[in-house]
Amino acid sequence: MKLSDKELEIIEILEKDARTPIDVLAKMIELPVEETEALVKKLEEANVIVQYTALVDWRKADGHEGVTAMIDVKVTPKRGVGFDEVAERIYRFPEVKSVYLMSGAYDLSVVIEGRSMADVAQFVSEKLSTLDSVISTTTHFILKKYKHDGIIFDQGDQDRRIVVAP
Amino acid sequence: MKPHTRKTYVSETVAGLKPSGIRRFFDLASSLDDVVSLGVGEPDFVTSWSIREASILSLEQGYTSYTANAGLFELRQEIAAYLRRKFHVEYRPEAEILVTVGASQAIDLALRAIVNPGDEVIVVEPGFVAYEPLVVLAGGTPVAVHASGADGFQLAPARIEQAITERTKAVIICSPNNPTGTVLRPSELDALARLAERHDFLVIADEIYAELTYEGEYTSMAAVPGMRERTILISGFSKGFAMTGWRLGFAAAPQDILQAMLKIHQYAMMCAPTMAQYGALEALRNGEHEVEHMRNSYRRRRNYFVAALNEIGLPCHLPGGAFYAFPSIRHTGLTSEQFAERLLLEEKVAVVPGNVFGASGEGYIRCSYASSLEQLQEAIKRMKRFLARL
Ligand SMILES: Cc1ncc(COP(=O)(O)O)c(C=O)c1O
Repeated sequence: MKLSDKELEIIEILEKDARTPIDVLAKMIELPVEETEALVKKLEEANVIVQYTALVDWRKADGHEGVTAMIDVKVTPKRGVGFDEVAERIYRFPEVKSVYLMSGAYDLSVVIEGRSMADVAQFVSEKLSTLDSVISTTTHFILKKYKHDGIIFDQGDQDRRIVVAP
Repeated sequence: MKPHTRKTYVSETVAGLKPSGIRRFFDLASSLDDVVSLGVGEPDFVTSWSIREASILSLEQGYTSYTANAGLFELRQEIAAYLRRKFHVEYRPEAEILVTVGASQAIDLALRAIVNPGDEVIVVEPGFVAYEPLVVLAGGTPVAVHASGADGFQLAPARIEQAITERTKAVIICSPNNPTGTVLRPSELDALARLAERHDFLVIADEIYAELTYEGEYTSMAAVPGMRERTILISGFSKGFAMTGWRLGFAAAPQDILQAMLKIHQYAMMCAPTMAQYGALEALRNGEHEVEHMRNSYRRRRNYFVAALNEIGLPCHLPGGAFYAFPSIRHTGLTSEQFAERLLLEEKVAVVPGNVFGASGEGYIRCSYASSLEQLQEAIKRMKRFLARL
């Protein structure tokens, strides 16, 4: 889908802050509110804007425990469907946050979120490793998130400028 | 015992300079908490990491000594390439480019290099606060020519012509302008060029905001036919590259003028800071993408902010560049100082009164939109409330 300059601007603005009010957005891209609304709707319907999500720093939510693991998975591709079939069987599990087909030492990179390490271990040993096509798995637990999807966690981004300057 | 008294040693010239109106607002705003500041004349971006990294690397490698007086030759070459690429003007890095401590120092050097006692320098107002005092410090006489809000603060060549005398040495222009954001039209630059030729004076062109021009091609004064030999082009890294604290700028000018500037520079400053020069080198080589990103971000915020100002009843022309909006507050019946002070005390929004930038700024306020969108929205909300109460 070929996007217009205005549509590209909308995506850029909403990708950075999905909560930008529609009247503000309209002013930023110099279009009337109704037209802006229509463009946003169109982008949503075409699945260019897939979803609006919140990036959460869970460490700050007391009582919330959770671990994230990245698992390197080697699989045997199947004739006719290649890696797609096994990838789908994996990404359908709700525990699985993302699945990528990779080049290099392994085939699929699978990100899992669980409440505890034991949780993740159980998922890997009982659900993932037991799939027919899966040859091997290597599990890496994430110890700390510094940057995620282009956003730096705990960035000291307070305004350091003096209040009035030439 | 009576304490020793001493006479005042401060020179008459310095004693005669009026304190900056910006300073007063800084003191006032700093004494309050929770101020939403639109008073900041600098980017709200931190210098991009690759530039910071290049500067750190230069320190790690031990580049901690003086550079050539005129600046690292490599950097001057990059500046020459940049001026060719951006403005289509040719300068020889070995003789016509000087790396300075901010555009500020370049303006000072330009004036000191050309002004004889009593020479007149025409300053277009509203304009950057440092021009007039620097003319005075160089021993010259500033002559103010006012741009009019009715014309979006364009240059008024006819009025400049009226101000020209035998003693006119130069005209200082700034495009995009601080505080009005106005980008001077090529036709106006042309008209000024013809005056400069006819009356034989120089143009000091402060083009520090050139990177932050939102529509169309930017026209540098030096690129106007016949003007390369009559222009001292001043720019720097502060605004476009978000490097205000680095204190790095440059001047490009015909050899005789530039060498005169260099003479002063080598005694007064020796050279610009070395680590900053390495950062600047990276900025020019690989910074374009970041600059574009920042420019887009300012442009969108400008669109929002200027439309919102007009909506709440502060009429404002659409500024073509920099990151300032300069709305009129005349209809409120308040002076720009009264308006700014009451807005600060009653709603905690800091803006700069327009008269700080010269008499023609009276009736206006300068609002910098180099602030987060949230802050801008909050400022608009508070200003609207303030206006409703007047
Ligand atoms: C028009 C203008 N010229 C020059 C400067 C000074 O720039 P620098 O930081 O490079 O000294 C400023 C800074 O506000 C400015 O607005």
